[in-house]
Amino acid sequence: MAATKKTKLLLMFPKELTGEPATWVLVKEYDLKINILKASINYNIEGRLLLEVEGEPRKINEGIAYLKRSGIKVEKNGTSTLIDTDRCIGCGMCVAACETGALTLEPYGKVQFSAEKCLECMLCVKACSQRIITNAFDRF
Amino acid sequence: MAKTYREINEKIASGKAVVVDAEEIIDIVKDEGLEAAAKRVDVVTTATFGCMCSSGAFLNFGHAAPPIRMSEIMLNKVPCMGGLAAVDTYIGATSESEDRGWEYGGAHVICDLIDGKSVLLEARSPGTDCYPTKEIKTYIRLDDINEAYLYNPRNAYQNYAAATNSSDRRLYTYMGILQPRYGNVTYATSGQLSPLMNDPKMRTIGMGTKIFLAGAQGYVTWYGTQFNSAKPASANGIPIGGGRTIAVAGDMRAMSTDFIRPGVLEKYGVSMFVGIGIPIPVLDVEMLKCLAVEDKDIWTVLEDYSDRSGADATIRKVNYAELKSGSIMVNDRMVRTSPTTSLMKSKEIAQILKEWISSGEFTLTEPVMSFPENHALKSLKIRKVK
Ligand code: SF4
Ligand code: SF4
Repeated sequence: MAATKKTKLLLMFPKELTGEPATWVLVKEYDLKINILKASINYNIEGRLLLEVEGEPRKINEGIAYLKRSGIKVEKNGTSTLIDTDRCIGCGMCVAACETGALTLEPYGKVQFSAEKCLECMLCVKACSQRIITNAFDRF
Repeated sequence: MAKTYREINEKIASGKAVVVDAEEIIDIVKDEGLEAAAKRVDVVTTATFGCMCSSGAFLNFGHAAPPIRMSEIMLNKVPCMGGLAAVDTYIGATSESEDRGWEYGGAHVICDLIDGKSVLLEARSPGTDCYPTKEIKTYIRLDDINEAYLYNPRNAYQNYAAATNSSDRRLYTYMGILQPRYGNVTYATSGQLSPLMNDPKMRTIGMGTKIFLAGAQGYVTWYGTQFNSAKPASANGIPIGGGRTIAVAGDMRAMSTDFIRPGVLEKYGVSMFVGIGIPIPVLDVEMLKCLAVEDKDIWTVLEDYSDRSGADATIRKVNYAELKSGSIMVNDRMVRTSPTTSLMKSKEIAQILKEWISSGEFTLTEPVMSFPENHALKSLKIRKVK
C-alpha cells in the first residue's frame, strides 16, 4: 500500500451545492479518512467545511479534483484562523496563546502563521491585543 | 575626551552629528573600540513599544453656554475622572466602557481622538449657582476641545520580571496568556534597545528630557510611579527585575496611532501600547560603555505568576539573549518564550528618532533635575480598620 499523507482542506460551498454529499463521496470513492474539524453548512446559504483528510496523495488529488468539478471551492492547507496582518503590531500576545507553534514572530516583524501546525483551537482570537485574528466560521 | 550637550547640539544643527541606534552601536564598539567610537558617535537612540497601563490623558472640553461643572463624565461610555475643575478631566487608559467592557476602554478613546474621530461626551452635575447646567450630551473631536495631552505616570520600565505559570490552570495576565505547567514564558522590554537599559543610572535621562512619544516630541516630566533605584543590580548597573521608571507627557494633536495603540488583554482588561524613543548623548567613554550593552548581559528574573502570595516567586535568573532566542530552560525542560513588547515597533521608533536627529529636527536636552538614588519601593500594609 502506498504511503498516506494528511492535509487540511477548507471547502466553500456555494448555496446551490449545500446539499452535495461531498464528504461521503471522498470516503466512498477516493478511500480517504476524514476528520471534520469545523462545519457551518446551512441549506440554501453558503457553507464552509474544514476537513483533515488522510489518504494516498494520488487519491487526495483526485478527491480535490472531484470537489472542484462539482463547483466547490477548495483551499489546500485551509484554516479557520484569519489574520489581518496589515494591522499587526508584532506584540507577541498571540504567540503566547498558541501551544502548537503555529504562530511565531518574524525577526523584528509581524506575526507568521502556519496553517499546517494550527489545531483550530481559536485561543489566539481571544489573545490578540489588536483583535485582528478572527474565526472564519464565525460569520456563518 | 568628553563632549557637552552644547557641542553635540551644534553638530546636530549643522547636520554633522553621527547618530546610530542602541543595537547598531554594539557592533561599532566591537569594530572600532570604545575610545574611537566615543569620539566618532554623538548620539545613540533607544526605544520601546509595550503595554503601559499607567497611561492616560488630560483633556479640557471648553465651557458650554450655560456652563456645567462636570462631576460624572463619560467618553464613549468610558468613565473619566470628575474630581478636577469644571471641564477638566483625566481619562485613564485602563478604564473600561459600560457597554463593551474590556473590548473598549480609555486607551481606545484616546486613540480615537488622536485619529480625529467623533467621541460621545456625556456629563452630569448637581448644578451650582455659577454652573447651572445639570446634564449635557454632545460629540467632541480633538480639534474642538482645548488642551489634550497624554500624561503617563509610569512608562518605560527599566527592566521587568519574565513570567511563567506552574499551576494546572491557564492564566490570563497582563503578561499575556500563561499556559499551565510551565507551558510558556513571556517577557517585557526591548532589551538592548530599551531606553533605561542603556542609561542604567539615568545620568542623561531626567526631568525635561525631550523624547519621542507616540510619534510626537514629548518630555520626561517626573520620575515614574513605582520608581525603584534601590533594586539589586548586575555589575553593569542594570537592576535585575523591575527598576526605574519615567513619567512622560506630550501633545495628543501631534501623535499618530502608528505609535500608540489600545491593547486588549483577555480576562485582564484594557491597556495601552505606548511608543517611546529616547536619545542618549555619547558624553564620554563611560557613557558609551553603558550604551554598548548587549542582551546577553542584561539579566532579569523569571517569576511564577501563579503564586501571588507576595512570597518570592523567582524561579531563575535569565538574560535577554536567552529570552529572545525563542526558548529557555525552566526546571530541566526547554520552554518556549515570547515577548509582550513589540520589537518591530521599537526598532522602527529608534530609526525614526535617528532620522529626526540626523536631519537637525530634534536636539537633545540636558535634564534640569536628576531623579533620586536609593529610592526604594514600598508595599501596601494592610492595617486593621475599625
Ligand atoms: S487556532 Fe489555536 S493552534 Fe491555531 S494558531 Fe490559533 S492558537 Fe494556534
Ligand atoms: S497579538 Fe495580534 S497584533 Fe499582536 S502579534 Fe499577534 S496578531 Fe499581531
